[in-house]
This record gives sequence, C-alpha cells and structure tokens, in this order.
Amino acid sequence: MTEQGDRRSPVSVRFRVNGREVDVDVEPRLTLADCLRHYLRLTGTHVGCEHGVCGACTILLDGAAVRSCLMLAVQAEGAEVVTVEGLSNDADLTPLQKSFRKHHALQCGFCTPGMITTAHALLSEEPDCDAARVREVLSGNLCRCTGYIPIVEAVLEARAAYRPKTQAGDRGGDRA
Amino acid sequence: MKLPPFDYACPTTLPEAVQLLASHDGEAKALAGGQSLVPMLAFRLAQPALLVDLRKLADLRGIRISENGVALGAMVRWREIEDDERLDAAHPLLKAAIAHVAHYQVRNRGTVGGSLAHGDPAAEMPGIAMTCDAEIAVVGKSGARVIQAADFFQGALTTALTPDEIIVEVRLPIWPARRRWGFEEFARRRGDFAMAAAAVFYDESEDGKARNAHVGVIGVADRPLRLASVEDVLNERTINEATIAEAETAACAAVDPQDDIHASAAYRRALVGTMVERALKRAAA
Amino acid sequence: MRTVNSLIGSPIERLEDLRFLRGRGQYVDDLARRDMLHAAILRSSVAHGRIRSIDVTRARALPGVHTVITAKEIGNRVPRVPMRLQPLPEFERFGQPVIAETKVRYVGEAIAVVLAGTPGIAEDALGLIETDIEVLPAVANRRASADNQSLLFEEAGTNLAMRFHAVRGDAAAAFAGAPYVRRESFRTQRHMALPLEPRGLLAEWDAALGRLTIYGGAKVLFFNRRTLAKQFGLAEAAVEIVENDVGGGFGARGEFYPEDFLIPFASRLTGRPVKWTEDRRENLMCINHAREAECEVEIACTRDGTILGLRGHAYVDVGAYMRTNGAVGARNVAQFMSGPYRIPNIDIDVALQLTNKTPVGTYRGPGRFETDFFRERLLDMVAQDLGLDRVAFRRRNLVSKQEMPYQIATITPFESKDEFDSGDYQATLDRCLDEIKWSEKSKLAGKLVDGRYHGLALGCFIEGGAAGPKESARIVLERDGLYSVYVGSSAIGQGLETAFAQIAADALEVTIDRIRGVFHGSTSYVGDGYGAYHSRSVVMGGSAILDAAAKLRDAIRVHAAQRLNCQASAVEIVDGLKVVGRDGSSVALNELSGESISAEGAFLNKKHTYTYGAHAAHVAVDPKLGHVELLDYVVVADCGRIINPLTVHGQTVGSVVQGLGGAMMEHLVYDQEGQLLTGSLADYLIPTASDFPNIRAVMLEQHPSPINPLGAKGAGEGGIIAAGGVMANAVANALSSLQVQPRELPLTPTRIWELVQAGRS
Repeated sequence: MTEQGDRRSPVSVRFRVNGREVDVDVEPRLTLADCLRHYLRLTGTHVGCEHGVCGACTILLDGAAVRSCLMLAVQAEGAEVVTVEGLSNDADLTPLQKSFRKHHALQCGFCTPGMITTAHALLSEEPDCDAARVREVLSGNLCRCTGYIPIVEAVLEARAAYRPKTQAGDRGGDRA
Repeated sequence: MKLPPFDYACPTTLPEAVQLLASHDGEAKALAGGQSLVPMLAFRLAQPALLVDLRKLADLRGIRISENGVALGAMVRWREIEDDERLDAAHPLLKAAIAHVAHYQVRNRGTVGGSLAHGDPAAEMPGIAMTCDAEIAVVGKSGARVIQAADFFQGALTTALTPDEIIVEVRLPIWPARRRWGFEEFARRRGDFAMAAAAVFYDESEDGKARNAHVGVIGVADRPLRLASVEDVLNERTINEATIAEAETAACAAVDPQDDIHASAAYRRALVGTMVERALKRAAA
Repeated sequence: MRTVNSLIGSPIERLEDLRFLRGRGQYVDDLARRDMLHAAILRSSVAHGRIRSIDVTRARALPGVHTVITAKEIGNRVPRVPMRLQPLPEFERFGQPVIAETKVRYVGEAIAVVLAGTPGIAEDALGLIETDIEVLPAVANRRASADNQSLLFEEAGTNLAMRFHAVRGDAAAAFAGAPYVRRESFRTQRHMALPLEPRGLLAEWDAALGRLTIYGGAKVLFFNRRTLAKQFGLAEAAVEIVENDVGGGFGARGEFYPEDFLIPFASRLTGRPVKWTEDRRENLMCINHAREAECEVEIACTRDGTILGLRGHAYVDVGAYMRTNGAVGARNVAQFMSGPYRIPNIDIDVALQLTNKTPVGTYRGPGRFETDFFRERLLDMVAQDLGLDRVAFRRRNLVSKQEMPYQIATITPFESKDEFDSGDYQATLDRCLDEIKWSEKSKLAGKLVDGRYHGLALGCFIEGGAAGPKESARIVLERDGLYSVYVGSSAIGQGLETAFAQIAADALEVTIDRIRGVFHGSTSYVGDGYGAYHSRSVVMGGSAILDAAAKLRDAIRVHAAQRLNCQASAVEIVDGLKVVGRDGSSVALNELSGESISAEGAFLNKKHTYTYGAHAAHVAVDPKLGHVELLDYVVVADCGRIINPLTVHGQTVGSVVQGLGGAMMEHLVYDQEGQLLTGSLADYLIPTASDFPNIRAVMLEQHPSPINPLGAKGAGEGGIIAAGGVMANAVANALSSLQVQPRELPLTPTRIWELVQAGRS
C-alpha cells in the first residue's frame, strides 16, 4: 500500500435493493455489507465477523443467500439485492417472522436478520425440507443466545407458508 | 477488518483479464467467488493493487459432461454441482465431496477455480482433483497450458499458477458406471475444513479384484496427497476386511502430519487411516 | 375481563421481537453522525515488552487521517480501568492503563488510536505506525507466572495478584480422621463469552455545554458514568451513557474497557463525534476472556459416601491486568467448589496469577462452570472408588430442604458470608433422572453399539443471582392514561422489556397494552442504576418496579382524593383506567391530572438468590474419531417464580449450548510466546445449528425465593454451569471399559482419542 494511493477513485455502481434502484459511488474495497449499512442506511443487515463465518450479514443476491461481507459492493452491479428490510412490512409480521416470535427463536436479535434471510431463501427453494436440512443450512449462521433449537422449530413451522396453497393443508403437520 | 485499498476491474473477455493480471507485476489478483480471497483481504494477508473480477467471463462457466469426462468451468459454483443431477452418475465422488464444502451461503458463491487457485491443503476440490488425476486448463500471457493436478499443488496456498494465469476449467477423467468409490471426511464442525478426509475409488475386474485404485487424502500435509502405498495394497486384491485393515495401516504410515490447534500429529495420522478405512468400506459395500 | 395479576407466569411473546425481526433494532454501529471520525486501534503484537518508541508521523501524514493518539497525548498519568467488583486496594497496582504507557503486557493491548474519515483509512494508517518494543520473556501460563522470573509489574515484585480463601468448619481435622481420601487435578481452558455483536462506541463531546454523550453502553451504565466523569473531571450529570440494542452480553459486554475512555477522549480532543466498532479480530483478543483455572483438590468421605471435607488449591490465570470484574471468577472458584452439596469442612485457596494474556472477566456462570467440572468429575471418581451408585452418592450429600437457609463457605480477604436461600435440590435431581429415563438408559452405559460407546451422566449445580445492593425504577402515569416504566437495569438481549412490562402491568393491575414502554439504557432515566450482571435484573429491577407501582398507585389516590372529595384511602383504582370515590363518582385516569404523575421505587438487597437443578446427558462416543454425539440432554432447574416461561426456557436452552461449546470445542489457545493462535471464528469454534440438536429444559417454580417480593431468582446461567462436568462424566462413563478419566476441557476429538489410546495401552 502506498501512502498516496489509499483512496482509490470511487466507482459508480447500480443495483436494485428491496425493489428500489440505487446508484452509489463506492471505493472498490467497500464490501456490499458496509455499502448496505452505511451508504444505503439499511442497517438491518448486521456485521458480526467480516470474515465470512457468522452469517449475520446474509442477504439475497438474485434470490440466493450470500454473505454480504464476502462481496464487494461493485460486484453487485446489475443485481437484485434483498435484505431483511425487504422481507418485512409495517402492517404485520410475515409468517416466518411470526413463527420466530412464537418459538422465541431470537433473544438479542443480532443474528436474526441473517437467520430470516437464510431461512427465507431455504424455504423458498425447499419448502419441504426436513429438520436435518434446516440444521445443515443454518449451520452457516452463528447464534450465541438461543442454542438454535427454537430457530429450527420456527423454520420448520414456517414451511407451510412457503408451500403452494393446495399443498399446505395436507402437509402442514409434517415435522420430518 | 476493512479491506485494504485496491483497484477493481471487471473484464468481459479472457484476453483482457489476462492482460490486466499481467500488467501489474504480480500485484494483481483474480477474484472468482471471493469466499477465500475476501477473508484474506479482511485480515490483510493479501494486499493486491488490483482485483480482476472474473464474473463476466463466459468461457469460465458451465459444467460439460462428455465421453471424455466432466469439465467444470472455473466459475462453476458449488451450488451448481450440488444441483446438477447429471453428476450423480457422471461423477458421484465429486458430488459427495462437494457436499462437505463450507456452508449454504458460501456454496452459493464459492467456485471450483477459486478453490483450486487458493490451494488450501484441507479443501475438498483440490483433493478431488488430485485423487482423480484431473487436468487443470489455464490461460496466461504466454498462452494456454494444461497442468496435471499432481504438478499443480506445490504447498500450502501455493500452486503452479503464475501471477498472470487464470484457471479456465478443470477436467476430471471419465467415470465408469460400475466404479466403486467412497468419500469420508471428519471436521470439527459441519462445514469446517477437514481435519482429514479420504477419497477413494477403484474398478473391479471380473474376478472381483480391485484395479486402478486411487486413494487421495486432504488435511494432513501442505497439499492434497495421493497415497501410492495404499493404492498398492488395494490393486489386484479383493477388497475385504483384511485388505481394508491393511490399507488403514498403510495410510497411517504414508503421512507425516504436523500438530496444529485443532489436532495433534498422532491423532491426525490415525484419523487418516480411519478415513481411508471408512471410505473403503463404503466403496466395498 | 382479565384476571388481575395474570401476566406474570404467562409465556408472553416478546415486545422486542417486533423490531428485531424486521431488521429495525438499533445497535451502536447502526448510528452515524455528520462529521463523524472513525477510530481504529493499533494493538500490541508483542505479549510482553517495553515500549522504546512509537512513531506516528507517517500515519498522521496519510490523507484522510485526522490525528493519532498515544499515551503521550493523554497526559502525565494515563487513567486506569477501575475494579468494579471486589475493589480491594491490593489490586490497584495491577490496573490496566487505558493505553499502553511504558510496557505492553498482552497481545491486543491498545498502543495508539487513529482517527480518520473512514474506517478503512483508519485501518490503513495502523500499518504506518512504527513501534520499537523491547521484547521481554512472555509469561504464558500460571506456572511461569508463579516462578516470578519474568514480572509483569516489576514494582510489585510478584505475578500473584491475590489469593482468595474459602473456609468452612475444620478441614484439617476432617481429613485427619477420614477413612477415605482422594486427590485429583483438573483444568478448564481459557474461553470467552463471544457475544455475536462486537463492542462499539459513539462518543459526542459538546464543547459549548461541556457535555459528553456516549452511545454503545451496556450492562453497567451508571458505574461507567461515574468512572468516566471522574476520569474527565466532569460532574456525573454532564455525562450521559446510552444503551442501544445490545447483541448479547453474557458478562463480557458493557464492562468498562480501555476504549470506554479512549473514544470519549478522542471526541473531546477533536471536537467531533467519534465512532469505534470493534472488529472480530479485536474482539477475540480484547474483550474479557474467562475460565482458565486449575485445581489440586482432595476430598474426604466415609466409606458409605458421606462427604466429610474438601480442600486444596486452585489457580486462576487472570491475564495481564485486573480489570473491572476480573476477580469474580476466581472468587467463585473458591466459594462454589462445594456446589449444592453439604460439605461441612472446606479449605480452598485460589491464587490469581497474572500472565501475558488478555485480562479476564466474568462469563455466564463465572467460577461455577469451572468448579462444576472439577467437583462433578471428582464425585464420579469417588463413587467408582467406593463402589457407590453415582446418583445415590449425590442424593446423600445434597443440601436438603430442611437445612435452608444453608451457610456456605466464607471467603477471605473480605469475609463475605453467603447462604443458599431456598429449595429442594433432591426434587430437581429426581425430575431430571425421570426426564432422561435414567434407569432405562443405564442399561446402555458403557456399551459398544455399532462402533460407538454409549455413556450416561448427571451433575448438579447452583446458580447465584440477584446481586445487590440496589436497583431503581420510576413509573409515570402519562396524561393519556398510559404508563411508562423507567429502570436502572440494562437490556443485553435477555427480553427485559417484556418481563418488566409483565411485572409492571400486574402490579398496576392493567393489561400489558397500557404499558407504553419499558425504558432502560440511559443514565438519564433514573437517578441511579446498577445494571445487568449476576442474574439480577428481574429480581432487583422487577422488585423495584413493584415498589414504584405501589407508590404510584398511592400517588394516584392522593390526586384522585382531591377530585373526588374523599380520603385517599377511600379511592379505588379500577382496571388501571379510572378512579372511583366512596360515593361511586369516578374520573378516568387520563382526565385525572393536567400533568403526568410519577413515582420512584427501589429495591435494596444484601442477599443472593440461588437457582438450582440438575443436568443429565446421554452420549455416543466414536473412539476412532474421538467424536461425541449428544443424543439427549436434559436440564431441570427451579428458578423461583417465573415471570415469562418462554424466555426463561429459551435462555436455559441457549445457556446449555454455550456450555456445550465450552465443554467440547471453545478454546483460546496461546503459544509459549503469548501469541493468541485462535484469532478468528474459523479457529475459535462455537456451536452451530448442527452440533447439539437434542436439548430439553424443564423449568420449575416450586420454591420461590423468600428474599424478594416477587419470589423470583436469577435465571439464565444454570444451563451453562453443569455442562462441562456432565459431558466429561458422560464421556468417562461411555469409555469406562478403557478407564478413561477426562481431567481437562475441552473434550476435543484429539483429546478424547488420546485418552482412548492411553486407556488401551
């Protein structure tokens, strides 16, 4: 690193966040997590380790759950990003959020946005996943409060809401 | 743990990417999935002047299955391998090994080429490349070349790639339908790097003897290893409890692991044997 | 109509969740200010050394850097991190300067603070600071510490910070005549709380008003305010500390750390808001470590299994300095070595040894996790020696209901006496055995099934809570008829707002929606507060709310009496909505007064509550991998009156998993040069969702605490305390045919494999 060269010229990057088009000038070194939090003020995405272990920064990138601390903001060019804020509304908690609340699947709330985004991606892709699969997928998200058991229960109960309506009734009780 | 400053380029053609890498005196680095490189940047273990993002290079994408085997484009992500049902038959060992790679979110981003270029001695993809005699096709300023897996991995996080070279694809030789195989891994937690893992396969002759045995291990040396002495135990033998026990002993004798914070050398040595034993039991089952 | 007092004891869904689930919590790093500077801290990479020079010229010259602070900028004598608990004068000489002055004493100690326009530039500048440090021999463990060859504090002449002594009865006499004595050594490893949110601070100095505001406080705001006000020469009223949402505490978060001085100092120096967000690498080497303890203990028994005495020595590696609560773990090692058992004669001393490692502090169940491992392991060994059933042996020696309150060992040097308040320790043990199906599963104990040995074990614990001296609360009847509750307690993710709303609503005889909110986490809300530690919030804060509610109801009656022309004593408050006079005339509360009506309450307490219970585990051990699969785990605990069963249950399960982390994987590893080798979350391993899927908790409330009006006891720590001992006993039981006896944690695959090899040879 040179003393003069610490600030690289900002790069313009455009992408969509929670359905809204954004255009920000960022340093190439800025991670997508920091861009969301500090440039776009979407502070629901949390940063717990900055080295890709804790999962608190998980967002959806073109529908797939990814760690936003392991991506540069400039790499999001043209992408569709969804954060926990994009999976929420003012009127009511979503079925996934309600299930988390019912099962006491959060305590301090810090890992929660990453759990919600990850669980949403999983259930959107695999609404019939079993407990072992939920555990496997959530093993990339650290929680220090709950011991994970209520989180797994909450995700399993929320499966019904992600199944096509015709199916939900007869398979809602499947706890696998 | 903010990343050090660097410039960023996102070329759309392979020559352009090579040119960018070549023009920075070794100070440029290719960025594939970023799942290993970005943490290294965060710890400032790497401080490149330029990152060359490979995400727009069409030549690096796709899984091709042919009579020559399986070719994985360097930008193929773990998730694509997981989701590709053709691979269940075309390369079940690859699929089984990749199931152990990191976690859900990382599998959505991490790439085959990135893992090979990173060269972590405990990573699955280098282990599979090594075990299967893979060829690694690369392009650099002096043109294209093919590197045998055995020559590619040269030490911990050290490979045969020159700073201007980009991995294009990795080619795994054809996988016969009746081949016997097994993969066993043990890590501290699900998704962690292996304390040790073994990938084994052999073909069975009509008299029930093993031919063409391949035994590879990861996590026990500065690079993935093929254990020729274990293969010698297996070849031309019937694989039963006795040969498996012999293979286990040979595997322990064939490695010379070091102590680290996760495992003692003695434990790792024994673990390699256990991994080989259990992988062979799967294969023979 | 609701029944009065129906909220306490109900599994109310948490109020906090509504914001957390939507990503609308507000943690300190979520805050931003115009003109804010970002701080990054240069930390020592040398464990022990003398500072020859620090050259910040190049760092200061980096574009974007505002300034760099070292000890020189702070003044003649750099302030010390004070002792909050056990502030004995002997500890003062081992206090930590908030920035390295003449020496560095652990890897991670602050040397310089860079202030820059972006966090990235601040971090870039760290690489440009040139330090010249004369490396001194590192004191890397308690034995090297006791040698006193290399001294952390030369002027003190010793690395022994203190020795605590726990005494009850006459141990020497008990051992002299004992028919059976066994001596053993055990060790627990250094590990840590690791809250998922790293620390952070945002300080704003208002030069015009001479006022300092700090965001990012937690746990003990009022103590930290007193400390800071003193260090800055300000009146306490000129310092406000605000607690934002806090991503976990577990004892470590919120204590006064060096940064709690440095960041406000930087703001006052520059006149600009300054934010510092601890990154995970810093977090692992800077926030308090815990649990590194060893003991050599002896137990004396009769042949039929009555414990006569316990004596021995313990050694706690306290790291490089005595910080705020750094003595608590060691103190508890002395006092709770005997656990919930009737041990008439005790003589335990504990040496607090300074080493060149990160200073220690409390971590959930401090000193208790360690001693539960030591003691429960020892009890299983004794039972085996004497041919006694491990359950019957424990039953015989548990303190009985009839013995309550039961006096436990006294600690010197400060003559602290303590007693267990209430409970039936047999009952939780029995329930635990039922829940895990002990007699049925006993058939599997030690058996090899499909290549794995099955093991079954149990352990008992007591959990202290409700540390005094005091907590404060204020309740305001707002003009609109809603109630606001202000408390001096702190929320660290434990669901305090919900539990307090439940207590307040019941005390005020209103529905929970009449509580506008529970406001905590600012030193401006109540006159004084004591915070969130030692499982004290519900007992202390909750009891203060009861007092405030009673006083508020009195105040409402006084106001109403004027309006209704009657005696205050004749006024009835109906459903918390209206007041009714003797003649039946009534006034709605929101029309009662033109102003809000407020009352302050407090609860004072010198005693402790003791939650208690038992854990049991069923494991399968793969002897070739050294892997332990946890097939079933049960905790049964009685924590007095339960305010919210949902949150108490959740905290217990979470606490168990943290304990399993400490039992099986978590380890801060240092080398002989004092370098931390586990500096990332790829190397410091905590449990994930796939590690321990089978855990059950049964929470009982059969024995309310007699020492507070709620009858509540502390909760949330009991799940962690017995986990180490129980898992080690389960492994020993599984591998009993190989004579495996774990004496050290964590039970990593390597360690178990090595024990198996030793057993076979």
